[in-house]
Amino acid sequence: MIMKKLLFGLVCILPLFLSCKNETEKSKSVEKKTVLNVETEETVRFPVYDYEGIAPLLYTNTDKTYIVNFWATWCKPCIEELPGFEKLYAETKQNNVEMILVSLDMPNMWKTQLEPFVENHKLQGKVVILDDPKMNTWIPKVDKDWGGGIPATLIFNKEERAFYERGFTYEELKKELDKFL
Amino acid sequence: MKTIKLLIAFILITLTTAFSIKPIVAGYKVGDVATDFKLKNTDGTMVSLADYQDAKGYLVIFTCNTCPYAMKYEERIIALDKKYKERGVPVVAIMPNNVDVKPGDSFENMQKRANEKGFTFPYLIDENQEIYPQYGATRTPHVYLLEKTTKGNIVRYIGAIDDNYQDESQVEERFVENAVDAMLSGKEVPIKTTKAIGCSIKA
Repeated sequence: MIMKKLLFGLVCILPLFLSCKNETEKSKSVEKKTVLNVETEETVRFPVYDYEGIAPLLYTNTDKTYIVNFWATWCKPCIEELPGFEKLYAETKQNNVEMILVSLDMPNMWKTQLEPFVENHKLQGKVVILDDPKMNTWIPKVDKDWGGGIPATLIFNKEERAFYERGFTYEELKKELDKFL
Repeated sequence: MKTIKLLIAFILITLTTAFSIKPIVAGYKVGDVATDFKLKNTDGTMVSLADYQDAKGYLVIFTCNTCPYAMKYEERIIALDKKYKERGVPVVAIMPNNVDVKPGDSFENMQKRANEKGFTFPYLIDENQEIYPQYGATRTPHVYLLEKTTKGNIVRYIGAIDDNYQDESQVEERFVENAVDAMLSGKEVPIKTTKAIGCSIKA
């Protein structure tokens, strides 16, 4: 139990060290909001970014707290945890919480799977698409310990930041989010 | 006396922490000796790394039928096997998923896939799900390049096949090919680990 706490502490502290470095990266990329594929995939309802484009969404200077969930419609554990995320978001958005659902669906799934899924489940989180095949380059920029598994979730505000390469139940997510509020 | 007690406590904490961290980051790192296995191939035979007496190494690839990333890489895995089998580094593919959770990866469906695609390499099922945790594979596809040495099969590379799952023509770095080429020419592997989004292995 103590070990768990210790480990957990370590996991929580690490991103704090990282955040300083990332802040400077942020200011560089803020200007350059690259939206890719707007012409080729002009009919898809969600913004499509590469990592440079999405990076500004992963940091904030405001008083809001952000939940950023990396998911895909083909990822079963991702789909299973989404209702818990949506429920918590509905309960906390009055409390300065924003939720971004970063889809890693492949281009050929955007119209056929992603759009119908978002529609059928009436997702309230802001859905964006991350389409950047240079995964070995951008995965460590999101978090240096991320092995690339999804679901993965980032929770941050202007002071704190934590990254989780795991799935969450509603209760587990609420517990984590409460630390930021 | 007090200092001794403190010292003992400190040592105990250090030790227990060190050992309790281990299982969490379980799996091989580059330089470790990888275990052999005996797993069922889609043709019904049992396959071990030791069966390849003339091999210089192996590309052990954890992959499956159902993962969109794994499917994107099927042709490239076949190409890797064709290119490197004759140079002594054959592909050995292992399907690690729990087939109760992923019926699309059942042994019958693996057989179908291997036939349809004309796999030139063994496609083995990790039926007891005992091998992939030892390797530390977490997603599909997940590649382990092993070098056969007198000390055992040593891990030389862990990670993705190349740097663009979507479009082979846009690939800039062929991680696995670069690693095998370096290994075969007795050089240090330039990039030893890479990260990629993949489908998590279903326990």
